[in-house]
Amino acid sequence: MQISSATDIKESSESGRKPGSGSEKTGYYRAAGPSMMEKKQRKKNAAEKVMNGIFFVCGMIAIAFVLFITAFLVSSGVPAIGKIGITKFLFGSVWASTAAEPKFGILPFILTSVYGTLGAIIIAVPIGLLCAIFLAKVASSRIASLIRSAVELLAGIPSVVYGLVGMIVIVPMIREMFDLSDGANLLSAILVLSVMVLPNVISVSETALLAVPKEYEEASLALGATWTETVFKVSVPAASSGIASAVVLGVGRAIGEAMAVMMVSGNVANMPGLFKSVRFLTTAIASEMSYSSGLQRQALFSIALVLFVFIMIITLLLNFVFKKKKD
Amino acid sequence: MNEKISLSRRIKIKVLNFLMYLSFILILALVGGLIGYICFRGLPNISWKFLSSKPSLLKDVIGILPNILNTLYIVLITLVIVLPLGVGTAVYLNEYARNRKLVSLIEFATETLAGIPSIIYGLAGMLIFVQFFSIGTSLLAGSLTLVIMTLPTIVRTTQESLKTVPDSYREGSLALGSGKWHMVRTVVLPSSIDGIVTGCILAIGRIVGESAALLFTAGMANNILSVKDAVTPGNAGSTLTVALYMYAKERGEFGVAFAIAAILLILTLLINLSAKLVARKLKVNIDA
Amino acid sequence: MANIMEAHNLNLWYGEHQALKNINLDIQEHKITALIGPSGCGKSTFMKTLNRMNDLVDGCRIEGDVFLNGTDIYKDMDVNILRKRVGMVFQKANPFPMSIYDNIAYGPRLHGIHNKAALDEIVERSLKQAAIWDETKDRLKKNALGMSGGQQQRLCIARAIAVEPEVLLMDESTSALDPISTGKIEELCLELKKKYTIVMITHNMQQANRISDITAFFLLGELIEVGETQNIFLNPKNKKTEEYITGRFG
Repeated sequence: MQISSATDIKESSESGRKPGSGSEKTGYYRAAGPSMMEKKQRKKNAAEKVMNGIFFVCGMIAIAFVLFITAFLVSSGVPAIGKIGITKFLFGSVWASTAAEPKFGILPFILTSVYGTLGAIIIAVPIGLLCAIFLAKVASSRIASLIRSAVELLAGIPSVVYGLVGMIVIVPMIREMFDLSDGANLLSAILVLSVMVLPNVISVSETALLAVPKEYEEASLALGATWTETVFKVSVPAASSGIASAVVLGVGRAIGEAMAVMMVSGNVANMPGLFKSVRFLTTAIASEMSYSSGLQRQALFSIALVLFVFIMIITLLLNFVFKKKKD
Repeated sequence: MNEKISLSRRIKIKVLNFLMYLSFILILALVGGLIGYICFRGLPNISWKFLSSKPSLLKDVIGILPNILNTLYIVLITLVIVLPLGVGTAVYLNEYARNRKLVSLIEFATETLAGIPSIIYGLAGMLIFVQFFSIGTSLLAGSLTLVIMTLPTIVRTTQESLKTVPDSYREGSLALGSGKWHMVRTVVLPSSIDGIVTGCILAIGRIVGESAALLFTAGMANNILSVKDAVTPGNAGSTLTVALYMYAKERGEFGVAFAIAAILLILTLLINLSAKLVARKLKVNIDA
Repeated sequence: MANIMEAHNLNLWYGEHQALKNINLDIQEHKITALIGPSGCGKSTFMKTLNRMNDLVDGCRIEGDVFLNGTDIYKDMDVNILRKRVGMVFQKANPFPMSIYDNIAYGPRLHGIHNKAALDEIVERSLKQAAIWDETKDRLKKNALGMSGGQQQRLCIARAIAVEPEVLLMDESTSALDPISTGKIEELCLELKKKYTIVMITHNMQQANRISDITAFFLLGELIEVGETQNIFLNPKNKKTEEYITGRFG
């Protein structure tokens, strides 16, 4: 609708600018060369053309950015994968980039990222979903706006702040709770990530729940269901595609988080274990970049490429889910 | 009451309600606890000297003035660049574009940009701006990186508000014989100013909170830069978030880190609040 | 004739506005009662007091009593039990976005039936009663939203009768449908009244005349006239009723 109406306007504006319509009026002055009005008109037309071009360039810039980023990541990431060998790189379980005989296996990072993300989702989705249901369907408008502000604040807090609080509060807590020598491990990272993912899950699920047509809920009530039963058995299933995209969005946020995770996960290239210090794909890039060189540096770009592929899959998935919802 | 719904149903309902309330209380406790703890640890360390001096190991002082200035510079430079680009993209999508496929391609590209994690932006920014265009690790390179990162925010909010401008406004302007650009400039953009402002506020929020994208593009220096230095290639500088990271992770200065965290928290609150106020004003305008 | 529901001195307010004024109306068992009247006359509000759907409206206040088989539904009955016993079909077909099977099984499951064989049997019986079994038996697992409007409305009827209510409320349930679908549902109602009691709202005078046994005419929140449908349509006692059913206002 939006597009077609814009097109109509564009056509009408162009026909308005056709030379015929303007020259009749200005014909009176023609003997004396180009008139003031004609000059003005020409200037105006030129401005219109220039602006047309400028807006077109603006429109293309997002595509250009994506292509640019992709091109740079691919061209810097591929060489190392070629040198190391793709299976050795992706499935090698040892990362020893600065050893005398360096090894570049990123399986520990991939698995850590996958486990960490899964863990955060497993914690955040039930809590976030319940909170979203409460927010959208149960809470009074005053309490709802209170939670909404709280959730917005959670979403807005910088990741380094989460990292800091995680470092000072969660890491020692985990250490003492499980009697470990170091609390900076996968579990701490999962806890911090789950808090960071919560606002995404809540706000997207809430939007989906609010969009559920009232008719469905009325039908359920009229069959003798209580409000709570109605919400859980009708509203939530009806909002399932929106909730699914909330989860996928949460996965994207968790898998891409770097700084907070860096501050609480211990940052050692171990194969993942709940109480082991670990390194994520993101933190593997960040922790060695400042002093890396040669093949090591190239391998870091390859890790970024792998992460980028993960994210692209998620973006495509999201697009697919949303598209499906629109149909 | 002579008949009630079955006990198992009543128990199930009670349990679900309990879980909902529990998660709600958990969220509130989480937010309250975070705010309280950060303020408790951070606010006592904030003093005028802390805010107004630069750090020196020789004199053994820690001040965050350079970081405040750097944050400000990066916000300004980024906005100056991203605003015309983002608004332009939105205007193109909503007012100029005729090809549906192109529109959905651009929208997909914007969504893609919104989904890319900041560490990848940091890396891409380093490859593209720091190395390829040889701007060097600098505020400028950091800002340019954040331009790409915040573009989707500006595009989306502007597009939302462009969609609320009634077509009758456009037709009215065109019927008076004005050209497309004239129409956009005099009618469409002024009526969507609130959306653009909201976009700006959200973008500021993202920039202020960003760290991973700046680590390898804007660098970690703590010098006080003039405005001219800030836009000159090669002058590195760390923002508040990057400084927080360095103080906490590299130097173990947790008091300083919490002080910065408290400042960031207050900024976040202010940003959320102003975004809400603008949104409310937007609603009032629509109703009126 | 036995009364299955009775409303005594019913008054209802939405905030300051009084929407029902001292309504006394009996619903007779195994009859179709048609509620007619111009928009905003209170017939829909009255219908919703019978299964307490007004409870959902903010600022709604009710005085008076409604009885279902002698039990006061506002004082002595759990609202969820009431709604199981007094089912409702809405103006717009509103099947859940689930499979046809799950739509029908929703109510029975809610009320504690989880046995697969029992559910299968209920689904088949309900769909047969709603005269839609032949069209759906091969696609019970398909999404209900894929059906036509008329089919969806009959599915909603099937869903409502799956919990075996005593009374079925139909709120303009054919107004959004084409004549053929409407005809099917009317025929269905005549069949259903053997087993259930039906209260329907309609704006279609022919429809009220064709299928209802009792007609009640509402105007501005008051019950103007109620009686055997034939009497109401042939010689209405009240002038307003006559004007309305002959189409002079509405």
